[in-house]
Parts: sequence; C-alpha cells; structure tokens
Amino acid sequence: MSLQSTMDDTSNRVQLVPAAETPVPAVGKRGQGMQRARAVVLALIVPVCLMVIWDVMVRWTGTRLVPSPYGVAVMMWDFAFGGIYDDAYSASLPIHFWKSVQRVYGGFLCAATIGIPLGLMIGRMPLLRKLLDPTLSLLRPIPVTAWLPLSMIFFGLGPRAAIFLVFLGAFFPILLNTVFGVRSVDIRLFEAAEMLGCSGAQQFRSVVLPAALPSIFNGLRLGAGFAWILIVVGEMTGVPEGLGAVIMDGRTLSRTDLVITGMIIIGVTGFVSDRILLMLSNYFLRWSPQHHA
Amino acid sequence: MLDQPTKVAPPILEVSGVQKFYHASNGPIEALRGVNLTIRKGEFVCLLGASGCGKSTLLRIVAGFETATQGSVTMYGFPVDRPGPDRGMVFQDYALFPWLTVRDNIGFGPKHRRVASKVVSELTDKFMAMVGLTAFADRYPHQLSGGMKQRVAIARVLSNDTDVLLMDEPFGALDALTRSKLQEELVEIWRTTGLTVIFVTHSVEEAVMLADRVIVMSAGPGRIDCEIEVDLPRPRDVASPEFNALRREVTQKLTSHIAGSRAIAADS
Repeated sequence: MSLQSTMDDTSNRVQLVPAAETPVPAVGKRGQGMQRARAVVLALIVPVCLMVIWDVMVRWTGTRLVPSPYGVAVMMWDFAFGGIYDDAYSASLPIHFWKSVQRVYGGFLCAATIGIPLGLMIGRMPLLRKLLDPTLSLLRPIPVTAWLPLSMIFFGLGPRAAIFLVFLGAFFPILLNTVFGVRSVDIRLFEAAEMLGCSGAQQFRSVVLPAALPSIFNGLRLGAGFAWILIVVGEMTGVPEGLGAVIMDGRTLSRTDLVITGMIIIGVTGFVSDRILLMLSNYFLRWSPQHHA
Repeated sequence: MLDQPTKVAPPILEVSGVQKFYHASNGPIEALRGVNLTIRKGEFVCLLGASGCGKSTLLRIVAGFETATQGSVTMYGFPVDRPGPDRGMVFQDYALFPWLTVRDNIGFGPKHRRVASKVVSELTDKFMAMVGLTAFADRYPHQLSGGMKQRVAIARVLSNDTDVLLMDEPFGALDALTRSKLQEELVEIWRTTGLTVIFVTHSVEEAVMLADRVIVMSAGPGRIDCEIEVDLPRPRDVASPEFNALRREVTQKLTSHIAGSRAIAADS
C-alpha cells in the first residue's frame, strides 16, 4: 500500500451528486482526464529518474555485479516470453507468478476469513477480549520470519509453510484494524439501532460490520502488503516454483538480473493488488465522507 | 383530533419516584430525585431546563438507554427496562447510519422487525414524502444538511410505528431559520399522526412554541420544578402578546430557580 494510492483515490472516484446546501464546483470530463494524465506524469517522474541514475551508475562504475536497466529488461522479456537465453527460466514467468499469487491470496483469504469475524467479536464482547487480548498482544511482536523454522516443522518443506507465513503476516493487521474499527463505532449508532428494534446478534451484520468497514479495509490493504512481503520469505523454504524461489535461485546462481526481475514483478503485482483492494474499498465505502471528500 | 381534549386521554407513560445516581471519581452524583410525571396519549410535552438539570437523563431513562436507580417508568402499565420501537428517539446529533441512503435509513426499523419488503418500501415512501425528502431518497447522510438529516431521523422513527416520540434537543445544532421551519413541520406531523411527543429543550421560546404542557426542571439534584399548561391556539404566533406573556412567565419560573439553586450552592 503506497502513499500515492491513498492520495490518488480522489481523482478517479465516481462523482456523487453534491447536496444542495454544499455545491461542489463541477469538474468536466475533460478536466478530469487532464487531472488523471497529470497524476500519471507526476507518478512516473521518480521511477524514471531512478532508472536513469541506475543506468548512469552502472556505466560509470563499470560494475559486473549489477546489470543495467536494459539487461534487466531483456531478462524480463525472456522470463515472460522466452526466445532469448532459452535456459531454465525462459518463459517460466506464468507458472512462478501463478504459484505465488495462489499462495499469497490463499494465506490472505485465510487471514481475512478468520481475522474479520474474530475482530468483530473481540471488539464487541468484553469477555472474549479479556480472554484473547493478552495472548494476541504477546504473539504480535514476534517477527513473522522468526516463525520460519517452526512453520517448516509444522508443515514440512513446501508451499503450506509459505501459506502459513503469509497467513500470520496478514492476520494481525486485519484482526487489529477490525477490533479498532469496532471499538471506535459511535455508541449512538448502537442506541439508534436498539430503539428501532435491532438488537443482539442482528447488530453484528447491520451495525457493527458496516460501521467498522473503513477500518477493516485499512487492515486488508495492510495485510495484503505484508502478504506480498512474506511470500519471498515463505518461498525460500525449498519450494521449486514461485517468485520468491526465483529470487533465491538468482541469488545462488549470481544472476542479479533474475533477482531484480523478480523484485520488479513482485512490486508491480503488489501495487496492482493494492489498487484492486482500493477500488473495492471505494465501492463499498462510497457512503463515507472520508473516502469521497 | 384537535378538538379532543388531551386531559381526558388515557395515560400512556408514567414516571414515578425516579431517582438516578451516577458514579463519579469523587463519589456518587445525584442526577435526578423524586421525579413523577404522567404523559397522556397524544400530548406534546416539553422538558425545559438549564444544562445539568437532568432533562436528558430523564429522557434516556424513558427511552430505556439508562435505568433508574430507584423508581419506575411504565408504558401502558408495563415497566420500561430496555429500548424498544414503541419509544422512538431523535438524537441531537442525528445518529443516522452513514452507510445507508435516506431511503434505507428510514426503512431500517421496519426491515429489522421483519416487515414484508413491499410494506417496508410503502412505509418508506410515505414517510419520506411526509418529511419532504423524496427527491433525496438515494443520498447518503454526509450529503445532507443538518435540517435534512434531522428530517430523516424523524421519518426513521415514524416509519417504525412508534407510540411515543422522544426528542433530545433535536434542533439544537441547527440555524434559526431551519429550526423554526422544522418546528412547524414537527407540529404538523404531530397533528396529523396523533403521536405523543416528549421534547427536551433549553429554549423557552421553543418550549412555548411547541408544547401543550411545559415541565420546568431545575438542577442540583435534577427535579421537576413546576408545570405550565400552554393553551395558545395553533399555529402559534411568536409575535403575539399572549405568546410573549407566557414566554415571560416561563422564563421567570426558569430563572427564579436558577437564582435559587445558586443561593443554595453559595450557602453550602
């Protein structure tokens, strides 16, 4: 999740009809298009500059340890479509990519399906909070990478250990943000629901969940970010396929172009997956003034 | 309905001997003492008092959000111990569900009481029209002005077939023009629906403008000071001599006990 994407979401939102009392100056279609183009140009300045600096530094120092951007681009093409080096990695991007995506979203979805309901309940039930909060607070500061040896013992060498690590990494931000969201719901809304005849378990679906949704989406975006970070660690545990495995192989083979290729693909995929979550969040939170200021 | 004298109407809500203590860090605070009040069906009653007189606490006890330390509240003879759809509350800060449109906010109560969805949408349309928000049906609360939000809050309670409308300084956060517009509309709604209204305010003018009966409360501990019948014909004219005479009388009652409680405070 990037700062950029949080700042940007005002430009590509759906323009809602403003209230009569608070007229918002109308932005024409052309004006919106210009703004979007401007945002893209501004976003590209820093990456382009970094690439130029990278290229200049490689040429200037004459290093053979780091490939030039052009070398990485060639590697990336070969990795995706083959036909250049014709080695073990040519045209193997789809399988590595697909394996990693499966593990990331497998772990992430597990974390969401357990984290969100548990968070709603912990936030709303003092007894459950007293029961679980100390233990969770104890487990939380342990770095997920420290779980690596144990997860290999539990799940063996293979994808399940990677999924477990991704799960752990995504679980805590989702859980904690959900709890926070529930705890910060205006108490008036519960009173309003109750006096309208909505009480007890009904309130979970009708009040607690929607009211906590902004915070839950923050948790999901943070969790998805951690999931992509942890997939590399997870796939270092001896799985043959996956973007993390490719990076590890690149390291052992001293193929830095392969390492950088893997890094860029993970970066771009993580960015796109955050954008998808952001679009979902903008759709489900279209009622929220914070999301459509 | 107008000609029906409210005094002979049966009591709908009875508050007897209500006392309320709050626990503060420096010991218990007595918020209400010995409050007795009978509300008759179809009556418009204003609870009037300065801040700290316990008028909101009393309303929240009637609503069932808080329980009395002593004494009881009964509705149709049954004790009130929790919030319920028979007593609909309109809060000063609206408390609309921000994720629901105007339409869904108004339909929230009926929907959760398992009313058939066709009936829910009929009810919603009816009360949306009554508060003049049909054109804003698909807006979200943050796209509405304060006055429109409070209209939604009123319609949300009305659509839920409430018996008693409890209003906690509902127009306190609105500008003067919007407030007087909403006061007019509220009286109109009350006249057409035959609802019973308990309305908390600290504005003498608002109380005299709206109520059949003004209950003046005083602080330290909160209690009922006196009751004043308002039998001015409706619609009431703020500029008329009768209105002003009554306003002066109520103001005197209100300030006399404020001066009185100051004297007590100075003594102790």
